[in-house]
Amino acid sequence: MRARIRTPAWKRYNWRVVWLSLLYAAFLLPAVYGFKHQIIPDPLKYLVAILPAMPIIGIFGALGRYLVEEQDEYVRMLMVRQTLWASAFALSIATVWGFLDNFGLVGHADGYWIVIVYFIGLGFGGLYNKLTLGDGGC
Amino acid sequence: MENRLRLLRAERNWSQQDLGERLEVSRQSVNAIETGKYDPSLPLAFRIAELFDLPIEDIFVSPSRRASKAI
Repeated sequence: MRARIRTPAWKRYNWRVVWLSLLYAAFLLPAVYGFKHQIIPDPLKYLVAILPAMPIIGIFGALGRYLVEEQDEYVRMLMVRQTLWASAFALSIATVWGFLDNFGLVGHADGYWIVIVYFIGLGFGGLYNKLTLGDGGC
Repeated sequence: MENRLRLLRAERNWSQQDLGERLEVSRQSVNAIETGKYDPSLPLAFRIAELFDLPIEDIFVSPSRRASKAI
């Protein structure tokens, strides 16, 4: 089995994602606790509710920064293909789900699920790269 | 794109890893170029040509010339 491609830019991207994931947990857990026990003052509710979204947005930023920093053009192309796959997959699922929801055939899904679908799409993109080029990317 | 990269590398007894380090790209990039699965950008093609001290067209086969020869 071939080793994954570990470029310096990928390592930096990976560290950023680890830190942002920790930040996400640090924001989410107090927010869930605070809302459950109704201890968050009204003026702060929007801020506390939005805070966990910020590290997720940061991950998208890290992805963009990775594409700028990656010096290996072939590896960069693999990631571009992965992100295109993820975008197409997430938007397609959202569109189909939206119509099904509109006609009352499925339950309403929380908006943040689309991020999870996007990350699943990244996995499919890596699989597509592996099947067509023999390299899954980072 | 068809090319002579594997042959040129073998003449120098370089592994794909060796060539990748000289070009500052991954071993997987070298493999993808050698097997024609990935066409390098013009800057990378020039780096490859300069490394082997050859003109680009002595390393990479022009797809249009290859097609006209086939006709």
